[in-house]
Amino acid sequence: MILVWLMAILFAGGIGAALAESRGAEHPRAVALAAILIDLFLVILMLVAPDSLGLGTASTVAQLGQHGEWLVLLKAEWIPRFGVSFIFGVDGLSLMLVALTIFLGLIALGAAWGEIKQRSGFFYFNLLWTLAGVIGVFTSLDLFLFFFFWEVMLIPMYFIIAIWGHENKEYAAMKFFIFTQVSGLLMLLSILMLVYFHYSATNVLTFNYFQLLGTKLPANVATWVMLGFFIAFATKLPVVPFHNWLPDAHSQAPTAGSVILAGVLLKTGAYGLLRFTVPLFPDESVSFAPIAMTLGVVSILYTAKVAFAQNDIKRLIAYTSVSHMGFVLLGIYAWNAQAVQGAVMTMLAHGFSAAALFMLAGGLQHRIHTREMDKMGGFWGVAPKLSFMALFFTVAAVGMPGLGNFIGEFLVLLGSFQVSIIKTAFATMGVVVAAVYSLIVIQKVFHGKNKNNYVMADLSAMEFICYALMMIGLVWMGMYPQTMLDMAQPALQGLGVVFPR
Amino acid sequence: MMSSAMLIDLLQIILLTLTTVAVMVVAGFRRDHGLVNVLTQCGLFAALLVFAVIRPVTPLQVTPLLIIDEYSLFFSSLIIIGAIAVTAMAYPYFEKHHQMNEEFYLLVLCGTLGGVVMAASNHFVSFFIGMEMMGISLYAMIAYTVHAKQPAKFPLEAAIKYLILSGIASAVMLFGMALIYAMVGTFEFPLLAAATGGLDASLHPLMLTGYLMIIVGIAFKLSLVPFHMWTPDVYEGAPLPVTAFLATISKIAMVAVAMRLLLAAQAFSFGQVTSVLSLLAAASMILGNLLAVMQSNIKRLLAYSSIAHLGYLMVVIIAAVAVPELLSIESMGFYIAAYFCMTIAGFAVLSALSNAGKEMDSIVDFQGLFWRNPWLATVMIVVLFSLAGIPLTAGFIGKFYIFTTGVEGQLWYLLTMLIIGSAIGLYYYLRLIYTMLQEPHHNLANDPAAVRLPLGLNAVMTAMTVAIIYLGVYPTAFIKTLQSLASTL
Repeated sequence: MILVWLMAILFAGGIGAALAESRGAEHPRAVALAAILIDLFLVILMLVAPDSLGLGTASTVAQLGQHGEWLVLLKAEWIPRFGVSFIFGVDGLSLMLVALTIFLGLIALGAAWGEIKQRSGFFYFNLLWTLAGVIGVFTSLDLFLFFFFWEVMLIPMYFIIAIWGHENKEYAAMKFFIFTQVSGLLMLLSILMLVYFHYSATNVLTFNYFQLLGTKLPANVATWVMLGFFIAFATKLPVVPFHNWLPDAHSQAPTAGSVILAGVLLKTGAYGLLRFTVPLFPDESVSFAPIAMTLGVVSILYTAKVAFAQNDIKRLIAYTSVSHMGFVLLGIYAWNAQAVQGAVMTMLAHGFSAAALFMLAGGLQHRIHTREMDKMGGFWGVAPKLSFMALFFTVAAVGMPGLGNFIGEFLVLLGSFQVSIIKTAFATMGVVVAAVYSLIVIQKVFHGKNKNNYVMADLSAMEFICYALMMIGLVWMGMYPQTMLDMAQPALQGLGVVFPR
Repeated sequence: MMSSAMLIDLLQIILLTLTTVAVMVVAGFRRDHGLVNVLTQCGLFAALLVFAVIRPVTPLQVTPLLIIDEYSLFFSSLIIIGAIAVTAMAYPYFEKHHQMNEEFYLLVLCGTLGGVVMAASNHFVSFFIGMEMMGISLYAMIAYTVHAKQPAKFPLEAAIKYLILSGIASAVMLFGMALIYAMVGTFEFPLLAAATGGLDASLHPLMLTGYLMIIVGIAFKLSLVPFHMWTPDVYEGAPLPVTAFLATISKIAMVAVAMRLLLAAQAFSFGQVTSVLSLLAAASMILGNLLAVMQSNIKRLLAYSSIAHLGYLMVVIIAAVAVPELLSIESMGFYIAAYFCMTIAGFAVLSALSNAGKEMDSIVDFQGLFWRNPWLATVMIVVLFSLAGIPLTAGFIGKFYIFTTGVEGQLWYLLTMLIIGSAIGLYYYLRLIYTMLQEPHHNLANDPAAVRLPLGLNAVMTAMTVAIIYLGVYPTAFIKTLQSLASTL
């Protein structure tokens, strides 16, 4: 039930925020803050003391059979005609991603706090509904329900970009929506084919994830069905050549939107690959792995190079996101213990570092009303705290040992090395290019001369707290990743990853 | 012999006829727009609710012409609800902006009666009579504002276009019926199958030609590509409530009777019928959506979008060849109900902004609507998301049904067209949504969106929006109804 509460609080909070606007422009954000804090409290309780909520008891786990450790499960009929039901559950993997979602929701709220002045009620409504949709994606275990949330999280995000976006928002919002929606339709077709073949084999019409696992499809169809899922998730991740929507959406979205997009929405793609594509189609995935890994490597190198050529700071960060997600794809399709653990770590660490970088870029734009790096320079002298944070998170993104991203990328490379030495060698070059484009940013923006004599306020207390929280998270992941690895392991074993004893 | 059970079964039709007569008499004695409007509404509500009070004996063949069963009642209910909505839209649209409005309701009632007859028709003769009754009412309705000093649109052009093209389509269809009659010697749908059973199409070119000619007629009324040319012009030129009538009632009645005919006559046993229908469906999905992209007038945009949606609907009708008929009818029922709710709600929003003197139907008129009148814009956004097939709306479950049926019928080629069509569709729906989210124009003196909404219109909008979301979130109850009606056919 607690999972439903997590979503219900956000849905209700969203409506509350929209209604609160009539009482004054300040009210919506307070309502939103309250809703997110309650959720954060609940999710922390789930992380540290699941027993106090009555979770993880034998009865709930037993219902799921031997698929790893499931902490929470809720099952109810929805549309019996199609065998569609509400099945919500979390294992270690989903729980960490849910926690990440809510945490970054708080950060996004911090980013929006001083930035969103117009129509704030509707803004916070959309923000909270996006978060609720994402939590739904991470917790639904019925394919119909999953698809449902997959689409539900899009609409409020579309509104966020279309209403509060920057100069080219119509184009960006439209592109974002059409890319995701069309690939989603392909996934819907694949889901239906899977269900249909399961139905003709067993005479049971169901969208239940656990029942569909292990469905045998005719060989000629299976690859196509798998590809439908893959394309949908690869578009979201995104992977070259489906990445085209991302730079536009990220650069045009308001800061809070970029934070959620980069920090959370991209992870839904990786999560989908981990939870659905590979476990549902193990054999096809093995034969597809070389192609997927190649795509991962191409993503890493190509977008790193493109990032280097950008002048718009948000576009640059957007491209680096694609590059980092290439590591995730590489790790997932290497499909051994280290690589997949590495992919999960990269997902979490990138959630923090990319969110922070977008928040910095958004903060800069809010202060000086441009995203063009040519016009910037010498900001260290003007805003030292902000510049320090920028340096910290840039170095984190590059993969500095001691911070979360390093652990993730290192594990991915370690794992994929056992599968393909050549691809790993190329992927490693991505790390080198990353250092180049990141240091360029630092040099251009924060060092050198302040050509246009920009004067700007340094970090506000609110911003400082947000960055500090993300810093702590990254350092924790870098210094003691075992917390996350331990949590992910049973879940990944449940998905079929073989861990050495 | 007419038994009392038959009379009871005909109550809906009888009540509609009585209302028509009553409206005619009242309008003859006293010209009072409000009174006639209320009288029409009362008659329509009585016809809608009569079977909630007296359960008919179903299914019952009433004379060889009509059959009253759950299937016909489902469609006739939709048709009557549509007429109620059109009547509710018509009052504020004509009142104070147009003289002599009483006869309009007479035409609405006659057209509705034609639709109800079509929904219950089981015989070529009742099919044709129903269709013409609706068609002739529509000619007059489309041209209704022709004598106004400044009609909002171009009713005469639209009416002539519809009159001529629809007349030709009817003639072609009649010829088709005659050919079939010449071959099998019956007009009754259920006997057609027995007579056609085992016929080889290549040996019976006349039979096949007959079916294809009937399909041309049906395709014209459903405005499937390439018989769609009239649709955008007539939609745009007609007064708004009439456009709503055209887009819902006339389509639904035709779908109902076409499905019954094709299934009962087993027309799909001729492979050519299936291929022709597939071609029409694919062309409608792609061209309908493509042409909608270029429109700057919302009525035209909705016209093309309805072409595309009827194309989607054809997929389930074609799937009836390969899947259990029950599933096909169920999908069709759900989709048509979803289409009905979205279309009525969409036209209700347009009609809230318009009147007989001026119609706000250009996309520019919708700029910033979300900030000028949040309620109207919310309804429109729900409608557009539903048309685009986004979850939480009836349109999504409807599209899901089409996908399910298509996958089960293994219509891969049509499903691909459906995905491509939907992708194009997203673009123009989103563009309209985006326009509503933009900042409003600056000169907003006497903004039509700022006025208070008439009660009836608001009720229609609320009911349809609730229905769209209810069907999208919890379709189970409605699905059960559809399953039971499909099983009685």
